Amino acid sequence: MLKNEIERVLTNAERLNDRLGSFLSIEREHALARAEAIENASGELPLRGVAVAIKDNICTKDIRTSCGSRILANYTAHYDATAVERLNAAGAVTIGKTNMDEFAMGSSNENSAFGPARNPWDPERVPGGSSGGSAVAVASGVVDVALGSETGGSVRQPAALCGIFGLKPTYGRISRYGLVAFASSLDAIGIFGSSAGKIADVLGVIAGRDPLDSTSADVAVPDYSAMLDGSLVGKRIGVPRAFFGEGLDEEVRAAVEESIANFRKLGCEVVDVELPHAKYGIAVYYIIATAEASSNLARYDGVRYGVRAEDAHELRQMYFKTREQGFGPEVKRRIMLGTYVLSSGYYDAYYAKAQKVRALVRDDYKAAFANCDFVLTPTSPTTAFRLGERSDDPLAMYLSDIYTVSANLAGLPAISIPCGLSSEGLPIGVQLFGNYWAEGELLNAANIYGSEHPLDAKPLIHAE
Amino acid sequence: MDVKKIAKLAHLEITDEEAAVYSPQMAKIVGYVEQLNELDTGDVEPMLGGLTAAGEATDAIREDEARESLGTEAALSRAPASTDGHFQVPKVL
Repeated sequence: MLKNEIERVLTNAERLNDRLGSFLSIEREHALARAEAIENASGELPLRGVAVAIKDNICTKDIRTSCGSRILANYTAHYDATAVERLNAAGAVTIGKTNMDEFAMGSSNENSAFGPARNPWDPERVPGGSSGGSAVAVASGVVDVALGSETGGSVRQPAALCGIFGLKPTYGRISRYGLVAFASSLDAIGIFGSSAGKIADVLGVIAGRDPLDSTSADVAVPDYSAMLDGSLVGKRIGVPRAFFGEGLDEEVRAAVEESIANFRKLGCEVVDVELPHAKYGIAVYYIIATAEASSNLARYDGVRYGVRAEDAHELRQMYFKTREQGFGPEVKRRIMLGTYVLSSGYYDAYYAKAQKVRALVRDDYKAAFANCDFVLTPTSPTTAFRLGERSDDPLAMYLSDIYTVSANLAGLPAISIPCGLSSEGLPIGVQLFGNYWAEGELLNAANIYGSEHPLDAKPLIHAE
Repeated sequence: MDVKKIAKLAHLEITDEEAAVYSPQMAKIVGYVEQLNELDTGDVEPMLGGLTAAGEATDAIREDEARESLGTEAALSRAPASTDGHFQVPKVL
């Protein structure tokens, strides 16, 4: 019975949420009603009864979408995001909305206005971010798939820190309609999965052109699930050796080196590639992302929706107080940085400069993909860090994303694959970048790797 | 960097205590991003958005035809305050 199965998922979600904080809302009534409706529905439903968790910055009709922020603590959208609408049409059941760094700004999930999510491998450690709750929902065995979003690594980094698979597709692959905007030229919906196969099933349903998102590309959607029985023999993997230098944890390095050896054994050829501008990725990212955020987040003014400050008696004061009370420190910091880099006299020095270096980062990858099928790097320079460890040093937190942001800058697809555990039993991820629209090839590689080299342990906190 | 002035431009009200925290943090981040100045980008065409070649080739133009819209009632239903079919705000002056 589908209803019993969904009941079991809901019970797991509720039972673990006190310890893990992965859900901001668990939608019991909605999910059970959906299960009943789907049970009686006829016809082919590719995701019939599949339980999914949705990051809380992806709009869901009649279910709260808070973005992890006080300023949207009471916000319920009028409509489903296109990705959610397509999941629903395919028979999936939304179990709940997941915890996240406020407005997707963060790498630890500690910036949520509703408290942190915790890593199921060690609840004293962060799950990564910003899509931390979705990563935890999958890693703790509550659901097999979850939607997240990426602006700079926010799916792949938590996937790595939680020991699961996380895909960031090509920019324009999945409609952003209904994804609350952070930095529009970088934002993408991404997918977490307990396996690459689960991600393939979901991607095939939600990918593709959507007239409601003019940046969604008119590119045919292949049958991703059918692409998973391929082989890796003869595939060329490019490794940028400069990524393995300073700042990379020794155990992460060793695990990623071992994964390179494993890919070789699977028939891949490993070649060196140069990505000379990738090291500027974080600098470019924090100019472009904050600039776009300062513009996108101007809409939160206490007029049309969201929470308004109560103690303001004049319009301008209402704007200031609403935003002061509604936004947390990291969001304010980024709005201010963005305002600064766009302000009169600084535009050319920061924003225009960053757009040029962004082009150089992209061109490095274009050159690399002329010579290889995949680029392989660590996903995160370290394993999961302790709660509070990087809270006082924003720049140290930003450097958590040093290996991931270039995919967002270049618009390329990339996937994080679990590749081992540290001596402390913490997951390590290896990341493959693919060429534009090569999600199928990435999922095939991840699927083969995951089948041949599964993690040999389960998290401390797990539904089973 | 005058953080209080930037906050004002961004419609954020921050206290002196907050400014004292943000100021060195933001100075450090700005110092970090200034490493881009190492690069000579004189001839580089900027990447203006996130679109791929296929994205740029996608025809995003549609006919300008009337469609059903959200409607006043629904549009106002999430507003903190509304009156007579309008959003309501505190006095402007």
